[in-house]
Amino acid sequence: MQKKLPFVLAAAALVGSAAIAQQQSAVPAGAADAAIKAAFPGAPEEFVPRLSQDETMKQCSATRNDPPKALAEEIQKREKATIEYPADGKFIGDWKKGEALAQSGYGLRFTDYPARRANGGNCYACHQISKQEVSYGTLGPSLYQYGKLRDYKEADVKATYEKIYNSHSALPCSNMPRFGSNKVLTIEQIKDAVALLMSPESPVNKD
Amino acid sequence: MKFSTALVAAVCIGIASVFGVAVAQDAETEKAIERYRQMLKEDPWSNPGLLDSDRGEALWKTPRGPKNVSLEQCDLGKGPGKVEGAFAELPRYFKDADRVMDVETRLIWCMEKLQGFNPADLVKRPHPGGGQPVKELGAIATWIANQSAGQKFAPRFDHPKEKDVVALGEDLFFRRSGPMDFSCATCHSAEGLRIRLQGLPYLADPKEARKVVGEWPAYRVSSTHVMTMQHRLYDCYWQMRMPQLQMGSDASVALIAYLTKQAAGGEITAPGLKR
Repeated sequence: MQKKLPFVLAAAALVGSAAIAQQQSAVPAGAADAAIKAAFPGAPEEFVPRLSQDETMKQCSATRNDPPKALAEEIQKREKATIEYPADGKFIGDWKKGEALAQSGYGLRFTDYPARRANGGNCYACHQISKQEVSYGTLGPSLYQYGKLRDYKEADVKATYEKIYNSHSALPCSNMPRFGSNKVLTIEQIKDAVALLMSPESPVNKD
Repeated sequence: MKFSTALVAAVCIGIASVFGVAVAQDAETEKAIERYRQMLKEDPWSNPGLLDSDRGEALWKTPRGPKNVSLEQCDLGKGPGKVEGAFAELPRYFKDADRVMDVETRLIWCMEKLQGFNPADLVKRPHPGGGQPVKELGAIATWIANQSAGQKFAPRFDHPKEKDVVALGEDLFFRRSGPMDFSCATCHSAEGLRIRLQGLPYLADPKEARKVVGEWPAYRVSSTHVMTMQHRLYDCYWQMRMPQLQMGSDASVALIAYLTKQAAGGEITAPGLKR
C-alpha cells in the first residue's frame, strides 16, 4: 500500500497535466517535439539534448507557466531536490565578481563554442540591481537593496542561493533560468551573485 | 531629394555613432531611430531596405539557376506571377507542395522547381553576417513583402493543415527548452517589459503583434542589413541557446503562421526599420 500510493499520485498528476495540455493545445502530443527535432538538423552533439524537454519544462510549457497548485508543489519539490550546496557551508562569495557576472550575457550560444570565458548570469538583462547600472531590464523584479530590505538575515542568504541555483524551487515555472541545476553557473559563481545581493558592502545595498 | 538623402545619411552616421557608445544611451538611440522612422514616412524612398527590395525585384525577373529561368511563373498563392498582395495572405497551404509555406519557404520551392536550384544549398548559411547584405532569397522576399505594403495581413487559415500549423506555432511559442529554459513567451508574453533597455513586444497579444509583425523583413540599423522573418527567428533561437534553426523547417513556418495570425488586420510596412 505504501508503495502504491506514490504511484497513484504520480498517475493522477500525469492525468492532470495531460488534461491541462489538452485544454491548452489542439496539437497532437509529440507534434511540437517532432517539429523541433526536425528544425535543427545536424545540431552539434552538445546541443542535441537541448531539443528535448525535461519534466519541468514540459509541465510549465503545457500550463503556460501557470501550474495548478498540486502540480506546482510537485515541480517545486522535484526542483528543490536538485540543489547542491557549497561544501564549506558558506553562501556569500565576492560581490565584485557577482557584479561582473550580472553584467555578462556570455555563454552557451552556438557562437560561444569553444568557450572563451566563463558563462555570465546576465542578471541585468531582466533585473534592476545596483543603482549605478541604468541599463537594466524589467522582466524580473527590481533587486535594488535586496539584502538591506531583508536585514541580511541568514535564512534569506540561503534562500537567495537556492533561488539562483534553481528558481523553480521558490517559484514553480518561474521565467528565470535554473542557473545551478542546468550548469549555467558554478557554485562559486552563484555564491558571488548571492554576495552581490546580500553583502552589506555591495553597491546593491550600500548606495 | 538630394538634400533628404544627405540628411538621412547624416542621421545614419549619427545612429551608428550612438550605437558605438554606452548602452546607457539606448533611450537616446531609440529616440534617434524614431526620428529616422518619421523621416522615412516623409520620404519613403530613403529606406536602405528598399535597395534590397529593388535587388529582389531584379532577381525575381532575371533568368537564373541551372534551368536559367526567372521566377516570374512562381505561384505565391494568388496564381503564377501574381506578386501584389500575395504576402498579405501568407503563410498559406499550397496544394502542389502539400504544405503550408511562408514567403521564404515558398521561394525555396520555386527556386528548386522552376530554376533547378538545390534546396540544400539554399538553406545552407541562408542568412547574412553582421554588415553583409541580405542574401538573394531574402532580397526577393523583401520585394515580395514590399509589394503588399499598405495592405493589411489577411491570412485565411481555413484549410485544416493551416489550422494545424497555427496551433503548432502557438505550442512552439510557449515551449521551453535549452539550458536557460527559454521559450518565445519568456520575453514576449507580457506588456511593457524590457530586456536591458530594449522594449519587448507582447506577441501573444494581437494588439501588439499587429504593430510589429508587418515590419518584417526589416532593415536593422545595428547589423546594417535587411533581416527576414526566418532570420529573425533563427536569431531568437540563437539567443535561446538552441542550435541553428533550419530555414523553411515546419517549426519555423508554424511560428511565422502563429505570429501572422496574431497580427491579422495589422498593416504591412515592410521593409520596416529596426534598431
